[in-house]
Amino acid sequence: MSRSPGRKQENHKISRELFVLTYGALVAQLCKDYEKDEDVNACLDRMGYSIGIRLIDDFLARSAVKKCRSYSETADMIAQVAFKMYLGVTPSVSCNSATGNEFSLILDKNPLVDFVEELPAERASLCYCNLLCGVIRGALEMVHLAAEVSFLQDRLKGDAVTEIGITFLRKPEDRKHRR
Amino acid sequence: NKAGGLIYQLDHYAPRADTEKTFSFPLDLVLRPHDERVVVAFGQRDGIRVGHAVLAINGAEVNGRFTADGKDVLEFLGNPANYPVSIRFGRHRLSSNEKLMLASMFHSLFAIGSQLSPEVGSSGIEMLETDTFKLHCFQTLTGIKFMVLADPRQTGIDALLRKIYEIYSDFALKNPFYSLEMPIRCELFDQNLKLALEVAEKAGPFGPGS
Repeated sequence: MSRSPGRKQENHKISRELFVLTYGALVAQLCKDYEKDEDVNACLDRMGYSIGIRLIDDFLARSAVKKCRSYSETADMIAQVAFKMYLGVTPSVSCNSATGNEFSLILDKNPLVDFVEELPAERASLCYCNLLCGVIRGALEMVHLAAEVSFLQDRLKGDAVTEIGITFLRKPEDRKHRR
Repeated sequence: NKAGGLIYQLDHYAPRADTEKTFSFPLDLVLRPHDERVVVAFGQRDGIRVGHAVLAINGAEVNGRFTADGKDVLEFLGNPANYPVSIRFGRHRLSSNEKLMLASMFHSLFAIGSQLSPEVGSSGIEMLETDTFKLHCFQTLTGIKFMVLADPRQTGIDALLRKIYEIYSDFALKNPFYSLEMPIRCELFDQNLKLALEVAEKAGPFGPGS
């Protein structure tokens, strides 16, 4: 990952492999530390949350995007701008509910699972990329949007696609904020 | 921060000129007490301006309205036996407590500004203009406010505010030992901020705008 051009600092890239390996090592260590899958998932979510609450300002500062005026604009922003900026992929967005507050991000390519084929048998309910859910949840919270974020489908578990579900919780106030 | 507390402040200007002069009785300046200080009320001359506070007497810094050895400044200066006396005048610098208070007050005014607006969804106060300075304020979508007090002729403050936001998101937020909402004590943040201010100053009133 490299910084966006135009910054006066050195523009050095860090290798993608190193990042993916680091993430893998993190998950592996958590699996050693916790027996239950739910505990590992919760831990990943918490870590992601503390990343998200800080990452949001970096996103807003660099992308200089304007306020989103609706949940669907927000979901589009996450998929098309944020994912692109940080992971280099653009998931597609679909709206799941008639009420307009449930969305899905469908990930074609997920760099975090570059080197993972499938989950081991004893870790069948592990959400490998749960960190991402925490990041999204933390970031949204900092712009005053409460949401539940979780994996609805996961290629690692044998599903056809990897799908992240975002459910916005509160009714928007007069001023809608954005992620 | 989001609650309106001041978590960082930097004074970045040329040192203020203090004036020290020797006086003989009677003093031709009119002094009066103001808050916790003794200020010049009338009789402006030679770099000593109305509003300047008494900073030191005979080289010893005063402690509010009292001299270093505990005497009341106005009484001391009313006694001809103490003359000739050397007094240093200058603009009183705000203490950090005063700055904290002023920042919280501005936080409230900022919110009132957006509520007063006849239009829906208005922002808060973005600029406050006086004859001697302009106050620029930028609020992020996460609720952090950045304020810059600058010369009224200075351009490029919008770009500077956005640059400060970047510096904050890099050197404060990405520092794992910095807790959110707390006072910022990060070396790198200070250094990069000063660099950015110098760049903005060099651009000057005639430089490129935002």
